Amino acid sequence: MNKSIAQLQDELIEVFSFLDDWEDKYSVIIDYGKQLSAFPEEFKRDEFIVKGCQSRVWIVGQKMENGEIHYHADSDAIITKGLVALVLSIFNNQKPSEIIHANLDFFEKIGLGSHLTPTRANGLLEMIKRVKNIAQTFEKS
Amino acid sequence: MEFDVNLIRQQFPILSEATIHGKPLVYFDNAATTQKPQSVIDAISHYYRTENANVHRGVHDLSQRATQNFENTRNELARYLGNIDPKTIIFTKGTTESINLVAHSYPMAFLKPGDSILITEMEHHANIVPWQMACERHGLNLKVLPINEKGEWDLEFLPKLLDENVKFIACSWVSNTLGTINPIQTMIDAARKIGAKILVDGAQAVGHFKVDLKSLDADFFVFSAHKMFGPTGLGFLVGKEELLQQMPPYQTGGEMIQEVTFEKTTFNGLPFKFETGTPAIAEVIAFQKSLQFLNTISLDKAHQHESLLLKRATDGLNEIPEIVFFGTSDQKVSVLSFNLNGVHPFDIGTILDQRGIAIRTGHHCTQPIMQKFKVPGMCRASFSLYNTIEEVDFFIESVRKAAKMLCS
Ligand SMILES: Cc1ncc(COP(=O)(O)O)c(C=O)c1O
Repeated sequence: MNKSIAQLQDELIEVFSFLDDWEDKYSVIIDYGKQLSAFPEEFKRDEFIVKGCQSRVWIVGQKMENGEIHYHADSDAIITKGLVALVLSIFNNQKPSEIIHANLDFFEKIGLGSHLTPTRANGLLEMIKRVKNIAQTFEKS
Repeated sequence: MEFDVNLIRQQFPILSEATIHGKPLVYFDNAATTQKPQSVIDAISHYYRTENANVHRGVHDLSQRATQNFENTRNELARYLGNIDPKTIIFTKGTTESINLVAHSYPMAFLKPGDSILITEMEHHANIVPWQMACERHGLNLKVLPINEKGEWDLEFLPKLLDENVKFIACSWVSNTLGTINPIQTMIDAARKIGAKILVDGAQAVGHFKVDLKSLDADFFVFSAHKMFGPTGLGFLVGKEELLQQMPPYQTGGEMIQEVTFEKTTFNGLPFKFETGTPAIAEVIAFQKSLQFLNTISLDKAHQHESLLLKRATDGLNEIPEIVFFGTSDQKVSVLSFNLNGVHPFDIGTILDQRGIAIRTGHHCTQPIMQKFKVPGMCRASFSLYNTIEEVDFFIESVRKAAKMLCS
């Protein structure tokens, strides 16, 4: 049985609660990005690019046999890749309905709320929207 | 005139009052917009408290006062630019609008299908797109002067490009992305030789050196108040009177008319023909204080100071193995564009931001330059006269730190 989205969020908040200076936080974010599994080359296509980010971000999702979604993501910016990895660490291998209805509040709680403003060049909101949109298309199919 | 950076800093409240992630602000995004001195900030609020009225309309005293003060700015700016004729200064909302005005109205009066317009590879999008649109509307051709590896105009191409069809040249004096100070007189002379008219985008020049339009003698000169310690929402078009006279209006409406009937409208004279609607009155009036600020300092000494900052930053960053510079001309304002090899500029900007340092990352509205240097974007630190050596040293150390965090 997978952990729920809520559980995973709490764990992430826990990890970050021990880091109080920005350097440690960003080092952890960068590490998350580095641990992301390799992005399949065949998906590095324009239609998978998330618009609204200053760096390029690709997100694709595949529906597994058990009905859960497995996401792949990549970015040409290291911090952006880390941020998208944080998002995926919560959403990966969950059921579409869970993903669609999940309430994400961890960015504020770990002190990265400033990344959530709509004009932020990293487009975190756009990434989350894309992840949810992918879940929506799978829920219908 | 003495140049004391600490005395200058005291006039800019934001430099001491703003905190970024709990740290003092280090503002190195001056090419995007400069900060405003206390006198400008005060003038805006003083205007609204004591003088606010619409201009050029009322018989009542308040409106007359506002109008006079408003027109004083035009007169002071005319003096500042080398005693030019005030009615050849058109108030716009910025460089972008000034260029759009010329790109709209000049071809209508003077160009015909088959004529060419020459721009350069280093132009800001504001000096590219309006000309592309003009070309589409009027059947004109757009030609582009390339730049070399150092980020300078490649003048070898100029004679080939300047055939008899070229009727207009639009180019920047100083590049916002590369910092290059272009040999503007060479281009003006080249235009004169073939009888073409020339627009000079001075947006990045006016914050760094004194501009004398009598000696520069361009047909059109455009710039923005907010890049010379003035308010946003205000820019200028300075044009040759005989050209402005013959050009049709750009936007139409109130203020710019002489007489309106449903059959026909006649237009007001210069400069009002090109100034329709209620202008940015408070900003125009407050801009006098920017000019006064500029008049109280020696821009030569300020330029020396900025050159020192640029050299120190360049030398400091040069010791980082992964550093790559863009724009390496000997003739530069204090703009330093760079990347760390293999690192996205966004990452560097994010790390510097955490330390309170504001730089610009991205394409800086010059995507052709990004294509030329084959990068998705650049980091740009741009220094102004109120920046200090200490800030530059902190910046160098911070880029080092970013390199350590990002290049492993
Ligand atoms: C060279 C150049 N031209 C034009 C512009 C556009 O100026 P504004 O945004 O004030 O209209 C800028 C501003 O960045 C610039 O640097």
